[in-house]
Amino acid sequence: MVSKLDDFLGYNQAALNLRSQRQQVIASNIANADTPNYKAKDFDFGSALQSALKAAGNSAAGTAGQTLATTAAKHFANANLVADNGAGTLSDGTPLQYRIPAQNSVDGNTVDMDAERNQFADNGVRYEAGLTMINSDIKAMMAAIQGGS
Amino acid sequence: MSLFDIFNVSGSAMSAQAQRLNVTASNLANADSVTSANGEAYRAKQVVFEATPGNADGTSTGVRVKQVVEDPSPLKQMYDPKNPAADEKGYVSMPNVNVVDEMVNMLSASRSYQNNVETMNAAKTMLLKTLTIGQ
Repeated sequence: MVSKLDDFLGYNQAALNLRSQRQQVIASNIANADTPNYKAKDFDFGSALQSALKAAGNSAAGTAGQTLATTAAKHFANANLVADNGAGTLSDGTPLQYRIPAQNSVDGNTVDMDAERNQFADNGVRYEAGLTMINSDIKAMMAAIQGGS
Repeated sequence: MSLFDIFNVSGSAMSAQAQRLNVTASNLANADSVTSANGEAYRAKQVVFEATPGNADGTSTGVRVKQVVEDPSPLKQMYDPKNPAADEKGYVSMPNVNVVDEMVNMLSASRSYQNNVETMNAAKTMLLKTLTIGQ
């Protein structure tokens, strides 16, 4: 029964965890907007969520949309990112990727502040959406446990 | 805990940008200083930023001031024979501070600082909202 509860809440838990890590990556990009030769990083959220769900053995793995068949761990279908070994990985092994800049700058920095602010706000709202979802999941479980009394 | 690291990252950027603003203020204040600590005219200073190595999983990368460099460009020569610092031809070496450059630097530093304050506020809101899970 407890494992069923785990499974029930696991999807939103994995999503929130990745959202908060992505928020941190984007905050690093914003912090380094004036650092020469800094390359903006990000990761593909959809693929990262799929692999996190698969790793946790969650029953929702593979249900959230179709993923592209890949032959290497670093193949992602996100056209704005490019895979590179130097970008590092998240704690769960998801590779970070470098953002492809729309405009090059003289000092070799690839942070586009408009894009980063945009992604930061977008990711923040989605994080709060995840919180709302997990809250309603908990409410639904509480209603089931208490029998509506 | 991921979201708490945003405070460190944004905080490091705020302190680096504040240092940049400080250097700009120094340059503007000394735009007419004929002598400085080493006896010569004041030379404009610039900060050099460097990304700090992040945590083990590579997600958090702060920023710090690597060094403060002096502008090597030649000092401005001003003809003023009455000035006690004038050489035998009557020229005084004036600081190589470019006021336009400094103003641009000042605006850029102050906007970057604001950006990081916004980032920190957003992270704070998210954390506070996270604390209300299940209520």
